[in-house]
Amino acid sequence: MTRQEFRELAHNGLWKQNPGLAQLLGLCPLLAISTNMVNAVSLGLATILVMALSNLAVACLRNLIPYEIRIPVFILIIAALVTVVDLAFNAYFHSLYLVLGIFIPLIVTNCIVLARVEAYAAKNPALTSTVDAVMMGAGLLGVLAVLGALRELAAGGTLLAGIEMLLPGASALHLFGDAYPGFLLAALPPGAFFTLGCLIAAYNAINQRRAARRLHPPSNSPLPAADGRAGASAPLTS
Amino acid sequence: MMYSPFLRPAPGVRGVMLTVLLALLPGIATYAWQFGAGILVNLLLASCAAMAAEAAMLRLRGRAAGLALGDLSAVVTAWLVALSLPPLVPWWLTVLAVLIAIVAAKHLYGGLGQNPFNPAMAAYCAMMVAYPALMSQWPAPGQLDFSAQLDLILGGARNIDAISSATALDALRTGLRAPGATVDALRQTPPFGFLGGSGWEWVGAAYLLGGLALLARRVITWHMPLAFLLTLAAVSGTAWLIQPAQFAPPWFHIVSGGALLAAFFIITDPVSGATTPRGKLIFGAGIALVAWLIRSFGAYPEGLAFAVLLLNICVPLIDMKTQPPVFGHRGGESP
Repeated sequence: MTRQEFRELAHNGLWKQNPGLAQLLGLCPLLAISTNMVNAVSLGLATILVMALSNLAVACLRNLIPYEIRIPVFILIIAALVTVVDLAFNAYFHSLYLVLGIFIPLIVTNCIVLARVEAYAAKNPALTSTVDAVMMGAGLLGVLAVLGALRELAAGGTLLAGIEMLLPGASALHLFGDAYPGFLLAALPPGAFFTLGCLIAAYNAINQRRAARRLHPPSNSPLPAADGRAGASAPLTS
Repeated sequence: MMYSPFLRPAPGVRGVMLTVLLALLPGIATYAWQFGAGILVNLLLASCAAMAAEAAMLRLRGRAAGLALGDLSAVVTAWLVALSLPPLVPWWLTVLAVLIAIVAAKHLYGGLGQNPFNPAMAAYCAMMVAYPALMSQWPAPGQLDFSAQLDLILGGARNIDAISSATALDALRTGLRAPGATVDALRQTPPFGFLGGSGWEWVGAAYLLGGLALLARRVITWHMPLAFLLTLAAVSGTAWLIQPAQFAPPWFHIVSGGALLAAFFIITDPVSGATTPRGKLIFGAGIALVAWLIRSFGAYPEGLAFAVLLLNICVPLIDMKTQPPVFGHRGGESP
């Protein structure tokens, strides 16, 4: 794999085709589990692990899988790997495993996993497929982390609550003090949608500003007003 | 001598909004008389926050601030928010509610005339979900003097016990959970007055007065208030006739909570409500039905705000299905 290929995969996964902001894939765990940063990052890490392993496995086996029944075979491979990750979480991070609950097994149904397997690993060699999965997973992880942090901050004024489940001895940050009344809405499902909507708006605004700068170099003219509709619209599937 | 046709100039947004504000004044005066002048502080606070938020959003969106600020629509939203919230919530809750109404519910959807949800009710629901404890603290009439109210609104001191009087709707909902409790026995307890909540029935009557003035000035049409009040009376009356021990009588539902404020000032919002005549009837009736269901069986004592938002979502469908036939065509059939 050349340096150029690697950069392209990284750019696609982390920004251009970011699963959480551009493809809007895998929203179920994104919205359900991002009530605090530790949960969000833990589930993101589990998802990266599953994605990397399943892309690797499918890329290795891609010439042996009959084309007509590839989707069931992919799902079986993913399900087996998710079971491995599920048991590993249960063994090593048991309290976190109890918090995440159903959402670890549900990674099987997370469409971003199947999407990368079908769109990339089924057609590409093992190394690039794994890199693609890690980069896509990292993009999702980043969105999950920001979303979890924002919701946690707004809802309770804390950050990294429950960190002791991952790192024994560490403790959460209380940023706003005890007098902060909390904004319970942020921790509820509507808060997840509103926060993600704001993140997507910021993402589109940055992309538009970049595109505008590319068209009109900043040396001679100020930026045109970013008044148009969102340019990089994505297929809204989950 | 004047000759027909007597065409009067359309009042414009500013004129309509000014009329609405004037029509709210009797209700506000009665509110302040019954529950103390704290509500006036909230109204002022909400108006200032709304103007600031409106100006900031217009500037962000690259629109001229002067014209839109002068049309007073932000002040109407602010007043409706302040009148819906409990009167003694801390100042930041009022400001936050107004910011949600103006920034999120109004300008993020495209500003005046574009918002699918009633901004005041969206803000009320957000506050209800976010701060259920603060949002259930209602004072009893004449309970606190003005300085104590100012302390609660502006100061940090939250002596919750001093103002933990429940509204009539809340008292009814929690009271009926006790075994053997009946509506008639509950209505002898302090939160209840002659018809509805003690003190609130007078405020409701003043809203009714203002609403009739709006009708007379033709700022609103009769469809929505009438459909709303009649449906509320019909569904609550039916339940009351069947089981008078478990369901409150219709007059209680009409004068309690925000029903009269909603009937004339909130559901009649020309932007987020239905626009066709038949659609307005369906819209008002639907809100009444959902609000009564939430009041009687739901988890919240007052369901009007949620009902308004639910019916707001249905407005495109209602409008599409109730288009009046084009003049000259037979009803409902496309040419």
